Amino acid sequence: MHQIFYTLQDFMLYTKGWAYILMGTSLVVFVAYWKFLFGRDKD
Amino acid sequence: MTTEAISKKSLFTPFNVIAGLILALGAVLTVWRFTQGLGAVTNLDNNNPWGIWIGFDLLCGVALAAGGYVTSSAVYLFGMKKHHAAVRPAILTAFLGYLFVVVALNYDLGRPLRLPYPFVVQSGTTSMLFEVGLCVALYLTVLFLEFSPAALEWLGYKRLRNTIHKCTIALTIFGVVLSTLHQSSLGALYLIAPSKLHPLWYSTYLPTFFFVSSAAAGMSMVMLEGWLSHKPFHNVMSDEYLGQHDDLYYGFAKGASWVLLGYVFIKVIGVAVDNEWSMLASGWGQWFLFELLGFALLPSLLYAIGARERNLKLIRWTALLTVVGIVLNRLNVSLIAFNYHLPSEMRYFPSWQEVGVTLFVCTMLVVTFKFIVTRMPIFYDHPEYKDEH
Amino acid sequence: MKRRNFLGLMGAAGISATLATEAQAGGNIHFEGYPGSKGVLFDATRCIGCRKCEVGCNEVNNLPKPAKPFDDLTVLDTERRTQNEAYTVVNKYVQEDGTTVFRKIQCMHCLEPSCASACFVSAFAKQPSGAVTYDESVCVGCRYCMVACPFEIPTYTYNDPITPKVVKCDLCDANIKAGRIAVPGCVSKCPKEALIFGERDELLKIARNRIEAAPDKYLDHIYGEREMGGTSWLYLSGVPFKQIGMREDLGVQSGPELTSGALSVVAMVPALWPLLLAGVYGMTKRTDKINKKEKADAVAEAIATTQDKAKADLKTAMERAQADKEATVKREVAKALEEAAKAAEEGEKEEEGA
Repeated sequence: MHQIFYTLQDFMLYTKGWAYILMGTSLVVFVAYWKFLFGRDKD
Repeated sequence: MTTEAISKKSLFTPFNVIAGLILALGAVLTVWRFTQGLGAVTNLDNNNPWGIWIGFDLLCGVALAAGGYVTSSAVYLFGMKKHHAAVRPAILTAFLGYLFVVVALNYDLGRPLRLPYPFVVQSGTTSMLFEVGLCVALYLTVLFLEFSPAALEWLGYKRLRNTIHKCTIALTIFGVVLSTLHQSSLGALYLIAPSKLHPLWYSTYLPTFFFVSSAAAGMSMVMLEGWLSHKPFHNVMSDEYLGQHDDLYYGFAKGASWVLLGYVFIKVIGVAVDNEWSMLASGWGQWFLFELLGFALLPSLLYAIGARERNLKLIRWTALLTVVGIVLNRLNVSLIAFNYHLPSEMRYFPSWQEVGVTLFVCTMLVVTFKFIVTRMPIFYDHPEYKDEH
Repeated sequence: MKRRNFLGLMGAAGISATLATEAQAGGNIHFEGYPGSKGVLFDATRCIGCRKCEVGCNEVNNLPKPAKPFDDLTVLDTERRTQNEAYTVVNKYVQEDGTTVFRKIQCMHCLEPSCASACFVSAFAKQPSGAVTYDESVCVGCRYCMVACPFEIPTYTYNDPITPKVVKCDLCDANIKAGRIAVPGCVSKCPKEALIFGERDELLKIARNRIEAAPDKYLDHIYGEREMGGTSWLYLSGVPFKQIGMREDLGVQSGPELTSGALSVVAMVPALWPLLLAGVYGMTKRTDKINKKEKADAVAEAIATTQDKAKADLKTAMERAQADKEATVKREVAKALEEAAKAAEEGEKEEEGA
C-alpha cells in the first residue's frame, strides 16, 4: 500500500483514519479477550 | 381538601410557573433561530465564530457532566461499592447533561441536520472536533445504556434490563475511555489557535488540564446535586441512599481536594515550561491567578478542612465554589481570554437571545430530571432488584 | 485503603497523559508540499491602494456590488476585513513618517492549512494547484475553521437560516480549472504588478532577487515563506509587517503540527485505559474475593474454636460430675460403714448393760 503524500495534512488524514479504526478494534478485542482469559475462572 | 384543589396547588408552584415561562420563551427563540438564522439571534460574527452556546453549553456542560464517569468508575472499578446508591443519580445527571449538550449544539450548528455527516459522509480525522463528536456520540449511547436499567425496571422489561445490567463493568470502562478522550479533546480544540488564545491559558498541556479538572468538576457536581436534590426529592430517597450520603461527601471531598491540588501544580508547570512568569504581573496575569488561586487552590484547601473536620456545610459550599471555578476556566479559554488581541469593540458579548436559549436548555434539563426521579428508581432501589449489588 | 488506590491511579493517569503529549505524529517524515503549486507574490512597495484587485475579485466571483463604489477610496480610511461579499480587501496603513503603505488581504492558502486540519468533515483541501478549497456540500456549519484560521479569513453567512456556508477566496481555482480565466481575478486587474501569480518556488526566487537588488527598499523577510508552516501567498514590504496589520507572532508551526501531539495521545487512550482499568477492576475483585475467603475462614475457625471449647467444658463438667458421684458414693459408703460400726458398738453396750 504505497501512497505518496505531499502534505502533512493529507498524511495525517490517512493515518488517523487507520488509527480510529484500530481504536475501535482494540475495544472489541479487549472485551472478547478478557472473556477468553478469565473464561475458566470460577466465581 | 378536594382532589381538584390539590392538583391546582401542585400545578402552580413557583417552580412550575418560572419553568413554564422560560420554556415558552425558549419555544419562541427556537422558532426565531431556525427561521431567521444565526445572525438574527446571536452576536456571533466573523471574528467571533463561537459564543456561549459553545463556551458554556458545550464546554461547561460536558465538564459538569463528568460526575457520571467519576462515580461509576469509583464504585464499580475502584471498589467504593458501598456508595453504589450514588451511581444512578450521577449517571442520570450525566446522561441528561450530554443529551442537552447535543440539543444545544443543534442551535449553534449552521446546518444541524448534517450533524451525522462526519461519521456517515466524510470524516475529518485530523480534527480534534471529530474526536469530540465521535466520543460524545458514543458516550451518550453508553450513558443511555447505563441509565436504561432504571427505566426498564420502571417499565417492567425484566429480561432486557438484566442483559444490560450484565454489561455494567464493560460499559463503565468504555465510559471512562470515552470521557478521558473527549474531556481532554475539548481542551485540545484550542491547540490549533495559539495566536488567538492568551498565552497564560494556551498550553500544550490544555488537554491534560481539561481532563484533570473534569474529574474535580464531576465529583463536585455530584455533591452539589446531592445537596440541591435533597429537599425536593427527599421522599423518593431510600434509607440506603440517605445513610451513605454523608460518607460519600467525605470521600468525594477528599478526592476532589487531592485532584485539585494536582491540577494547581500542572497549571503552574504550564506557566513554567512556557516561561510566562513575567505575564503574571499584568492584568491578564492577575485574572489568571484569581482563577487559579481562588477557584482551584482555595477549594482544594476548603475541601480538605471540610473532610478533616466533618463539616458538611463547608464541603457543600466548596462544591459550589469548584463548579463556579470550572465554569470560569472554560469561559476563560473559550471566550474571555480567546481573541484577547482584538480591540474591545470587536470582542464578543452574548445577546439576550443566546442567554435565553441557554437558560431554556438548562430548564429543560431540570424539568426532565424532575420527571424521571419522581417516577423511576433513581434515588432508591426497585423492590424487585434490591439485593443485586 | 481502596479510595487511596483510586486516587493514586488517577494521579498516575494524569502524569502519563502529560508525558505523552510531547510525542509528535508523523515521526521524522517531512513533507514538502505539492511540487509546482502556484501562489501569488504581493509587493507592498508597489501597491497604490487603487482597489482594482477588489474589482477583479468581485467580477470573477459574481459578488454583489458594494454600497460604496470601488473607485471611492475613502473606504480605505477604516480598516476592513474579508466579508461574505468581499473575498479580498485592501487596507491603508499610515506610517509614523506620514507615508502610506497598502496591504491586500485574502486567504493565504497555507501549505498546511489550519482550516483543513480543523474541519471534521474534511471540507477543506489543499489542492495540487496550490489553492485551499472549500466544499460547501458537506459543511455542517460548526465554524471551527474560523476559530482555527490564524489569519482570520473565513467568513460565514450567518443570516442564511437554511443553507449557511463558509465563504473565502479559492485562488480562483474553480474558474482557472474550468478554463474561464488563466490567473486569479485580483492579479489580472493589478495595474502596478504589485501582484504576481506563479509557481511558489519561482515567486520565492523573485522575492529574494528583489530584496537583494534593493536592500534599502525592502525588509529582509518574505512573509509567508515560513509563517504557519508556509503559505502560498507571499508578502514583501518596506516597513515592518506589524505596521501593515500583519501578525509577526504566528510562529512557524502549521495547524496540523499543532494538533498532532494531542491526536497521537488519542490513539493511546483506548488502548491503554482498558488495560489499567480492567486490571484495577480485576485486582479489586480479587481483593474482595480474598477478603471474603479470609472472613469465611475466620468465621469457620471461630465456630471450630467455640465447639472445641464447648466440648472441653462438657468433658470437664462430666468429669466433675463423675468425681462428684464417686465422692458421694464413697461418702455414702463410709457413712454406712460408720453407721454399721456404731450400731454394732451400741449393740455390744446394750448387751453389757442387760
